[in-house]
Amino acid sequence: MNGAHDLGGMHGFGPVNPDPNEKLFNHEWERRIFAMYFATLASDIYSIDELRKNIEIMDPVHYLSSSYYEHWVESIETSLIDRKIVTKEEIAERMKKIDKEAA
Amino acid sequence: MGAHHEPPAELSTRVKAIESLLIERGYFAAEALDKIVQIHEHELGPRNGAKVVARAWADQDYKKWLLTDATAAIADMGYSGAQGEDMVVVENTPDVHNLVVCTLCSCYPWPTLGLPPTWYKAPPYRARAVIDPRGVMKEFGLDVPEDVEVRVWDSNAELRYLVMPMRPAGTEGFSEEELANLVTRDSMIGVAVALSPSAV
Repeated sequence: MNGAHDLGGMHGFGPVNPDPNEKLFNHEWERRIFAMYFATLASDIYSIDELRKNIEIMDPVHYLSSSYYEHWVESIETSLIDRKIVTKEEIAERMKKIDKEAA
Repeated sequence: MGAHHEPPAELSTRVKAIESLLIERGYFAAEALDKIVQIHEHELGPRNGAKVVARAWADQDYKKWLLTDATAAIADMGYSGAQGEDMVVVENTPDVHNLVVCTLCSCYPWPTLGLPPTWYKAPPYRARAVIDPRGVMKEFGLDVPEDVEVRVWDSNAELRYLVMPMRPAGTEGFSEEELANLVTRDSMIGVAVALSPSAV
């Protein structure tokens, strides 16, 4: 499937700008979603190709304007919902509860 | 581009919500996630790949094995597993310089190099490595002479490439450990050459 992820040869993205002092993770949520990627694959909920596919079907504008680990959140959430492990509503409800507890 | 945007604050809450629902349903324990992070943040990394390259520099038989069956030769060092199941090592020579990219995503040999740097996963490198490799390498301070052929390898989900940089001059008699100190992550991606002994 081609799409926004198929970047080879595209013009206009500017210089590479490597940062020699970058950290492996910039936010705690990046660590957690990274680990959940392994843990959910180990539970055989879905395959790695399914996760990759669900990154590739992201809205192209969102794909290009979001960070690497944000792609993972999108893909893992989509896959979990597809597989009926959780529903969109359950995630929304749980988010409200977490926000309330933190307030 | 994308990677420079600050992600929305709700992402953190969303990830917490997913984690707590999955733990509640028994898919994994929070401690298992901690352990996975610990391994990838602190135990894997490019030092593994550096040891592979140093051994190949020091041992011609091992080098031959590495260049013909990288997966087995690397597993012999104890580095195998997820995102490194099928490996190909490409050798830099005075005539050929190799560069690795993953245009579609971020495929990278985790057991030997650890997790990829942000620039490897971001659109500018993925877009340009295949169309302007010399220009990209210049941005890393590497000017590959015109008479050296540049080969670009596009990694994919099944196959991961590792560059074996050229052994620097003035390293005769170096131990494998001393040699490994000269092998950087960037030299195994191909955006740099190995360090010269005077640089260490």
